[in-house]
Amino acid sequence: MTRRSQASVKRTAPAAGAAALLEQTWRDPPGLVGWLSAINHKSIGRRFIVSAFGFFVAGGLLAATMRLQLARPDNHLVGPDLYNQIFTLHGTTMMFLFAVPVMQAMAVYLVPLMIGARSTAFPRMTAYAFWMYLFGGLMIFAAFLLGMGPDAGWFSYVPLAGPDYGPGKRNDFWAQLITFTEVSGLLISIDIITTVLRLRAPGMTFARIPLFVWAMLVTAFMIIFAMPAVMLGSTMLIMDRLVSTHFFNYAEGGDVLLWQHLFWFFGHPEVYFIFIPGLGFMSAIIATFARRPVFGYPAMVMSIMATSFLAFGLWVHHMFATNVPELGKAFFTAMSMMIAVPTATQIFCWIATLATGRVNFRTPLLFVLGFFFILVIGGLTGLMLGSVPIDLQVHDTYFVVAHLHYVLIGGAVFPLFGAWYYWFPKITGRMMDERLGKWNFWLFFAGFNVAFYPMHHLGLAGMPRRVYTYPADMGWGPLNLLSTVGAVTIAVSVLLFIVNAVRSRRHGAIATDNPWGASSLEWAAASPPAAYNFLAPPVVGGREPLWEASKDVGAPTYVTGLALDVREALATTPLDARPDHRYIFPQPSIWPFVSAVATTIMFIASIFSPWAIVWGSLLVAVPVTAWFWPKRAETEKHLALEKRP
Amino acid sequence: MNAIQNALQSAGPQAAQIEQLWWLTLAVCAIAFVPTLGALLWSLWRAPRATEATPADTAIVSQPERRTRSVVVSAVVISGIGLAFLLLASVRTDHALAQLPLEDALNIQVTGHRWWWDIQYDDPDPSKIFSTANEIYIPVGRPVVITLLSDDVIHSLWVPNLHGKKDLIPGQTATMQIRADKAGTYRGQCAEFCGLQHAFMAFTVTALPAADFDAWRAAQLEPAAQPTDEKAKRGEQLFTSGSCMMCHAIQGTTANARMAPNLTHVASRRTLAAGTVANTPQNLAAWITDPQKIKPGVNMPAHHLPGGDLDALVTYLGTLK
Repeated sequence: MTRRSQASVKRTAPAAGAAALLEQTWRDPPGLVGWLSAINHKSIGRRFIVSAFGFFVAGGLLAATMRLQLARPDNHLVGPDLYNQIFTLHGTTMMFLFAVPVMQAMAVYLVPLMIGARSTAFPRMTAYAFWMYLFGGLMIFAAFLLGMGPDAGWFSYVPLAGPDYGPGKRNDFWAQLITFTEVSGLLISIDIITTVLRLRAPGMTFARIPLFVWAMLVTAFMIIFAMPAVMLGSTMLIMDRLVSTHFFNYAEGGDVLLWQHLFWFFGHPEVYFIFIPGLGFMSAIIATFARRPVFGYPAMVMSIMATSFLAFGLWVHHMFATNVPELGKAFFTAMSMMIAVPTATQIFCWIATLATGRVNFRTPLLFVLGFFFILVIGGLTGLMLGSVPIDLQVHDTYFVVAHLHYVLIGGAVFPLFGAWYYWFPKITGRMMDERLGKWNFWLFFAGFNVAFYPMHHLGLAGMPRRVYTYPADMGWGPLNLLSTVGAVTIAVSVLLFIVNAVRSRRHGAIATDNPWGASSLEWAAASPPAAYNFLAPPVVGGREPLWEASKDVGAPTYVTGLALDVREALATTPLDARPDHRYIFPQPSIWPFVSAVATTIMFIASIFSPWAIVWGSLLVAVPVTAWFWPKRAETEKHLALEKRP
Repeated sequence: MNAIQNALQSAGPQAAQIEQLWWLTLAVCAIAFVPTLGALLWSLWRAPRATEATPADTAIVSQPERRTRSVVVSAVVISGIGLAFLLLASVRTDHALAQLPLEDALNIQVTGHRWWWDIQYDDPDPSKIFSTANEIYIPVGRPVVITLLSDDVIHSLWVPNLHGKKDLIPGQTATMQIRADKAGTYRGQCAEFCGLQHAFMAFTVTALPAADFDAWRAAQLEPAAQPTDEKAKRGEQLFTSGSCMMCHAIQGTTANARMAPNLTHVASRRTLAAGTVANTPQNLAAWITDPQKIKPGVNMPAHHLPGGDLDALVTYLGTLK
C-alpha cells in the first residue's frame, strides 16, 4: 500500500453536510442540455434498460404479427416480402437490440453498486455507447417503417444478403446496425472490465466478487473476443455491397461459407453472453430467496469461465448441413456436449442451495424457478442439435425455433424478469406488486410453453423455419394455431408487467434499503441510490458483506478522505482489491451525445455514399476533440488535490 | 397431396439410422430431465419457508458441506457419463450414415434455383441424360447419389423421410447418399432461407419398384410428343415463337433454354411452381397469365395472351405427358 492510499482508508464517519455536497458533485446537471449531458451510471443504466425493454416490446409485436400470420395455413395477413422483413427484424432486434444490450444495461446500473463504486470507469464513454445503441436501433426501425427493412434474416447469409440478390439499401441498414451495436457493445465491455478490475471496494478480492459481477466480467471478455468477428464480417459485407469488393463472391474467388464462419464465430458465443448474465441473475436471486450463500462458489465461477471458453468451440454446429469435413463435425459435436457440463454443474449447485436453504417464495424466485423447467428442456434439445445426424434432420426447422426460445427465454428472459422484480425497489425506491407479479409469471410460463412446445413437433413433422405460410394439407395448422394462442398469452403477461411497473413506480409500497434481506453491496445504498451511491464507500471483509461480519479483523469498514467537491474515487488493484491510487472522474458533458450524433450521421450517410467515411470522420473528429479538451480550471483543481497530503 | 414429410417416419436406411438415434437421445434426455426437476421440486417442497426477515444462514460457509458436495459431484459425474454415451452414439450413427453401400448407384444432379429444383439424371451415355424439375423418381432399394449445386443463393435439400438435409452452396459441390426401401412419395422442401418464395420451393421424391422406374425413365428420355390436333399445334407454335422458349426447354422442339423448368413432360407432373398449386389446366392458365398472384416474387413474367391463344398453349402443354 502506498502512503497516500493508506491515508484514504480510515475509520472516521463522513463529515456532516457531506451528503449534500456529494450529491451536488455527482448528480447530473439539470435541464434538457443537462439531461443530454448525463453520465451518472444510474441515469444511463435506467435509460439503457428502458430502451432495451422498448425494443423487446417492439420485437415482441413483430413476433406476434408472425404468429398471427402463421395461425392458419395459406394465410394472407402479411405477404412474403413483409414477412421476411418482420422475421429478420424480430431476430435482429431481439439479439442485437435487446438481449445483449439489456444485460449490459443491467451491468451499467448494478455493477458499480455491487462492487461499492460510485461510477463506471469511463462514464462519458458509457453515455456515448448508450446513445450509439439507441440511434442504431432507431435507424433500423425507421428503415423498416419506410419499407426498407432488412429481409435476409438476422444471420444475413450471403449471397442472399449480397449485392446480387439483396438489391436496394435494406441489407446495408442491417450491416450498419451491426456496426452501431458493436461500437456500443465493445465500449460497454471495456467499461465493465475496467470497472470490475479497478474500482472494486477495498477488500473485495477475486474470491469475494459477487457471482453476478463475475458473470458480467466474463461476458464482457467474451464480447471483446467474439464481436470483432461479426464486425469484420458485416464490414466485408457492406464493402461487397457498396464498393464492389468480392469477399463473398465465389465467382471472383470469394467464399460464401466464409461469412457463415465469421458470423457464427460471433453468433454462438453470443448465445452464451446472453445466457451467462442470466446465470448471474440466478445466483443473486437464489442466494437471497434461499436465505443462504450459493452452494459451491468456486465451482460456480469455474463453470462460468469454462462455459465462456467452450462457447468459442461450438460455432460449426450451425453449419452441419454444409460441406464441413466429417471429422471436424465430430469435434464440434464433442464440444457441444461438453459445454453442458458446466451448465449442469451450476444447475446442481443451485438445486443444492435451495435444498439446504430456507425458501422465501416471492415473484423474483418464481421467475428463477421457471428457468429450471424451461432451460433444462432447452439444454437437452441443444444436445440433440449438437449431434450431427439429428441436427441434419431438425436444423432449420421449427424444432430449432423451439430450442432457441427455450434456451434464450428460459435461460435469459425469465431470470431477467426475475431480476427486474428483484432490483425494481433498488432502482425506483418502490416495491412491485406481488399479486400482479404472480399473474405475470404464471401467464408468461404457461403462454411460453403453449407457444413454443408444439414447435418441437412441427419441426419433426417437417415444417421448415422462415416460411411465410404453408399449405393446408401439410397438417401443421392446429399446432400453429395453438402456438399463436400461447404467443398472445405471453403478450398479455408482458402487458401485465408494464402495468405493474408503471403503477408500482408511482403507487408501490415504499422500499427499504434492503427489502429482500440480501447480502450484496447494492443493498447497502439507499433505495433509490443517491447520485454518489455510498455516502462512505464500503470496505469489504467477506463474500457476503451484508450477511457476515468482516473476516479482515481490524480492517476499516469504509473509505474516507476522498474529496467531496470533485468526482474522486479510490482505485484498487485488480486481483486483491488493495487501495492503489486516487482517481478523478470526468464531469458531465454534452460532447459524448454530440459525438454519437456525428457518428450516427457518418454511419447512415455511408450507406448511401462511401465518401461519407471520409467527410464523416472529420465530422466526428470535432466533437470527440471537444470531449477530451482539458479545462484549465479543472486541471488546476485536480493538481491541487493531488498535492494535498 | 398425400406425400408425407416427417422425420420420424423413415422410409430408408439413412433416415432410419437418425430416427433410432433420435429415440435413444430422447430417452437419455428424459432420464436426465425427470430426476433433475424432481430434485428441484422435492427440495422446494421440503425446504423450510422463510421471509426476507429470516436471518441468512452463513454458518454454512465456514463449515464444509460434505454431503451436499458429494451429491452435486455425483450428479455432475453421472451427467458426464450420459454425455459421453450420447457423443458415442452420435458418432456411431454418423459413421453408419457415411457407410451406405453405393454399388450400382443412380446419379442425380440437383441444382437449386429461386424457387424451383432442376433435376438431371446422369448417365455415362450422354444420350441417356435428361432433365426434369421438382419431381424426383428413384428406384426402391437402389442407392442414389445426389450431387447438389446452386445457381444463385444457398438452398438446402431435405426429404425428412429419407435423410437429413444438405445445403446447395453456390460455388461448391456437395453430395448426399440416400436409399428408399419403401415405395411411396415423399415430400421435401428447401430448408435454407432463400428469399421471397422459400416457403414454396417444394419437391417430391417418388420411390418406384425397379421395373416401374425403368419405364418412367424410358418415358422421360423420349422427346415431347408431337401435337396432333390444330389447337395443340397452335400452342406449340406460340410456345416456340413467343417468350416461353427464352427460359424453358421442350426436347424435340427448338426450345432448349435452362433458365426455368424443363417442360418436356410437364403434363406428367403433379404440381406447378415447385409444389405451389396442383397441375390442372385452370391453374396452368392462371399461372401463365399472372404468376405473381400465385407465387409473389417468382421470376416468371406474366403473359396476357388472347383467350384463344391461352387455351391453345394450355392444351399443348397438357399433351406433354
